[in-house]
Amino acid sequence: MNFIGKSVPRKEGRKKVTGAALYVDDLTFPGMLHGATVRSTIARGRIKNISFEGDIPWEEFTIVTAKDTPGENYVALILNDQPYLASEDINHPEEPIVLLAHPDKYLLEEARRNVRIETEELPAIFSLEDSLARKEIVWGDDNVFKSFLVDKGNVDDVWGRADHIVEGEYHTGAQEQLYIENNGMVAIANPRDGVTVWGSMQCPYYVHKALVKLFAQPEDRVRVIQTETGGGFGGKEEYPSLIAGHAGLLALKSGKPVKIIYDRAEDMVATTKRHPSRTRHKTAVTRDGKLLAMEIVFVIDGGAYCTLSPVVLSRGTIHAAGPYSCPNVRIRSQAVATNVPPHGAFRGFGAPQSIFALERQMDRVAQAVGLTPEEFRRRNFVQEGQTTATSQVIREKVEMEALLDRALDLTDYRAKRERFAADNPSSRVKKGIGFASFMHGAGFTGSGEVYLASVVGAEATPEGRVRILAASTEIGQGTNTIFAQIAAEALGLDYDLIEVTQPDTGNVPNSGPTVASRTCMVVGKLVESAVLGLKQTLIATVHLKEGYTRSEFQRACAEYIKAHGPLKSYSKYQPPPNVFWDDEKYQGDAYGTYAWAVYVAEVTVDLLTYEAHVQDFVAVQEVGKVINPVLAAGQIEGGVAQAIGFTLFENVVWANGRMANNQMTNYIIPTPADIPPIRVYFEENPYAYGPAGAKGIGELPMDGAAPAILSAIENATGVRISHVPLMPEALMESLIC
Amino acid sequence: MSKPTSQKAKVHCIVNGEPAILWAYPMERLLDVLRDQLQLTGTKEGCGEGECGACSVFINGQIVNSCLVPMAQVEGASIKTIEGVADADQLHAVQQAFIEYGGAQCGICTPGMVLAAVDLLERNPNPSETDIRTGLAGNLCRCTGYMKIFESVVHACGKQIDA
Repeated sequence: MNFIGKSVPRKEGRKKVTGAALYVDDLTFPGMLHGATVRSTIARGRIKNISFEGDIPWEEFTIVTAKDTPGENYVALILNDQPYLASEDINHPEEPIVLLAHPDKYLLEEARRNVRIETEELPAIFSLEDSLARKEIVWGDDNVFKSFLVDKGNVDDVWGRADHIVEGEYHTGAQEQLYIENNGMVAIANPRDGVTVWGSMQCPYYVHKALVKLFAQPEDRVRVIQTETGGGFGGKEEYPSLIAGHAGLLALKSGKPVKIIYDRAEDMVATTKRHPSRTRHKTAVTRDGKLLAMEIVFVIDGGAYCTLSPVVLSRGTIHAAGPYSCPNVRIRSQAVATNVPPHGAFRGFGAPQSIFALERQMDRVAQAVGLTPEEFRRRNFVQEGQTTATSQVIREKVEMEALLDRALDLTDYRAKRERFAADNPSSRVKKGIGFASFMHGAGFTGSGEVYLASVVGAEATPEGRVRILAASTEIGQGTNTIFAQIAAEALGLDYDLIEVTQPDTGNVPNSGPTVASRTCMVVGKLVESAVLGLKQTLIATVHLKEGYTRSEFQRACAEYIKAHGPLKSYSKYQPPPNVFWDDEKYQGDAYGTYAWAVYVAEVTVDLLTYEAHVQDFVAVQEVGKVINPVLAAGQIEGGVAQAIGFTLFENVVWANGRMANNQMTNYIIPTPADIPPIRVYFEENPYAYGPAGAKGIGELPMDGAAPAILSAIENATGVRISHVPLMPEALMESLIC
Repeated sequence: MSKPTSQKAKVHCIVNGEPAILWAYPMERLLDVLRDQLQLTGTKEGCGEGECGACSVFINGQIVNSCLVPMAQVEGASIKTIEGVADADQLHAVQQAFIEYGGAQCGICTPGMVLAAVDLLERNPNPSETDIRTGLAGNLCRCTGYMKIFESVVHACGKQIDA
C-alpha cells in the first residue's frame, strides 16, 4: 500500500462534477418557510420603535425580535458581546434587528422592505485611526478588544548603537472571502426535541456551542449538520452561528422548518471580512546588514464586536517578525473596535497583514544598507537552533536559503532584474520581478490545541469498511480525501474501504474547528491514531494478525462485531513533547511547526493605464510530507489567486461603515482571464508529529503574494508602495506625484 | 428579487431531453424554476447578476446564465443542465478530467464550469491556453486559482481527440 504522496481522486468528486452534491440551498422540507433578516439602517444608535407597514398581510408572517430569544441573546464565542438580535443598541449598519418568515419568498422580500425601524442616531467611527484616537468610545472603556506584547531582548538598548535605523508604515484593506456559495441555514426547532440545523459551515461545534446558549437547551438537544459547503476561507468560521440561530428562532416560533439563504448582496454587506490593518516598523541593522532590533506596532480593525479578533491578532502578532533571526524584538499589537460589521477570519488570519508589512520593510532596510533584497535576507534567515520573535528555538531543519535559491533560479530572477533594468527606460510597459520570504505556523497558536483537546473516532462496519468520525468539514480543501488516504495508509487497506462521515454533531466527536491549517496536520494525526486503535483492538482480540489482506481485515471486522458488538476507537489530541508556551508573556513555542516559503512574482505596469499585471508566479514551499500532490498544489494555487486579488483587484469601498460595492459586478476577483501561470514547487521535510510527516498548508499561500507583487512593482517603476489593495488610481498618483 | 406582478402561465420546453410543462410567472428566473419545480439543483446561484456563471445552462445549444433568463424567453426551447451532461453512468470527458486533475474543489462553481468547458470544446475541440482562458472567462472560481481547471480542460480535449 502506498497512498501517501499520491494524487488519488477526490472522494466526493463525482457528486460535484455531476451536480448531485447537495448544498444547503438544495434542501427542502415539507411546509418549509423562508426567512429574512431586517437590519439596521444606521451605524450606531438606539432603537426607538419598530413598526410593520405597507400593504403586507403581516398576520401570515412569523416575526421574531430580541424578546423572542429563549436563552442568552449573544453569539457564544470568545467575549459573547455580539447579540443575535439587537434589542436597544445598534453598533454597526448591518445589525440584525427583526427576523421574518413566510412561505412565499417574493412576498417575504416585500415585507422586509416594509419594516420600519425608528432610531436615535449616535456618532460612529469607521477607521482604526479614529478608534485608537478614541474619537468616540464605541466598545468597552477604551475601544480595545485585545492587546499583546511580545518582548525579546531589549530593543531600547540598540537604537543608540545601530548603523542604520529604518522606519515604515504599512496598511492593508478589508477583503471579502467571496466563497461562491453564499451563507445559509435550514432549521427545525420545537420545545420538545430541541433544535436541528443544516447548513454551510466550517465549524459544526462552534455553531453547536452558540445554539446551546441561545436556546438554553442541553447539548444533546442541539444538533448541527454540515451540508456540502461551497467554500469558506474563514468566512464560514463563526458567522454561520448567527444565521443558524436566526433560522432556529424563526423555526421555534413558527413550528415549521425555516430556511435562510443570503443573496450575494446581503452576504457581502453583512458578513465578516479580512481585518484592515496598520503596521509600523522601526528596524535597527548593522552596516553589514545584520538585524539588531525590530520594533513593530500592529493594529487591526475588529469592527463592532469582538468575534475572533483576539485570535486573529495573536496570529498576526506572532508572524510579524517573520522567518528572521533578530536578538531584540518588541511587538505591540491591538485589535480595536469601530462601527463597521465585525471583521473575522479569512485565510491567513492576521498573518497576511503583518507579513505584508514585514516584507515591504525588509526590502526598505535592504536598500538602506545597500544590499539586494535577497542578500539582505540571506544574512538574516533564522537557522536551526536559533530563535523566533517569541524565543521559540527552531528545532527542525530550516532551509530558507535553499528555498530562496530554488525560487530565484526557477524564475531566472537575476537575469531578469538586469534585463528589465536595461529595457525599462525605453518602454511604456515596465517590467519587474520581486519576491517575499515567510513562514506560517500550523495549528492553533500556543496552548490552543491543548485547550481544544480534539477527538476523532473510527468505526468498523460489519462489511469491513472503516468510517472516520470527525467534525472537520470538507469545504473544498480535500478533508475527505486526505483523511481517507491517511487511514488507508495506516491500516494498509485500499482507499475505497475508507468512508469519511458527514459532520453531524449527533454522530461525530468534537475534532475542533476547520481552520488554522490544522485539519491535515492535527486532526489527520488523530485519524491515523484512531484507525490504528481499531487495528490494535482486532489484533488484541485475536481476530486479526499483522500482515493481513483486505479480505482478512474485512472478515475480522465482521467476526469482532458479531462477537462483541460495535467496534469503535477514539483518539484525543496529545501535544508533541517539549513544547512550552507562556500565555502571559507570549513567549515560547508558538506553533508545533511552521511551513516555510519563498514566492516570486513577475509583473508588468502599463504607464498608459497604470494597471499592474502579474505575468508569472512561482511558489516554492516546504510543508512537510505532501499527502496528495494535486490537492496540495490546488491549495497553493487557490491561495495565491486570492492573494493576487487582495493585492491588485479587491477593493472594499466603504460608505458610513457599510460596504458600498457589495456585488460581484464591482468587487472584482480574478477571473480565468486575469490569473498568471502559478507554478508550484514543494520541498519535503517530514514533520515527526504530523500524519505521515505532513504539516499545515491551507493558509500559507495567502501570505506571500502581496509583498512579492509590490516588490516587483517597485522593481518595475522605482515606486515604493506600502499599502494594498493597490488600485490603478493609487499607482498613478504615486507615479506622477 | 422582487415579486412577479403578472399571472403564472404555462411554458413548454424540453429539459435534458425530456418534454416539460412548467407553470411560471413570465419574469420568473429560469434558475429558480429549474431548481424549485424540477429539483434540478445542480444549477447554482452564485451572484444573481450574471457575473459568476454558477447558474450556467444551455438553451438551444447556447450557454447562458440562467439567473438572467426570464421564463417568458424559454417557451419552446431545449434546455440542458449539468444533470444532462453525463450519459447515464458514463461521465463526459470534461467531468472525468475535473475529477482526475483537481478541477473541482468546493464544487459550487463546478457545474457551471463543466458546462462552460463542454461548450468550449464543442465549439473548439483543440483550444489553445488563451482559448481556454477566454472560453471560461464568464465563470468564477474562488478555490482553485484556475490552474487545475485549465489542466482538466486540456486533458479532456486530449481524451476527446483520442476517442
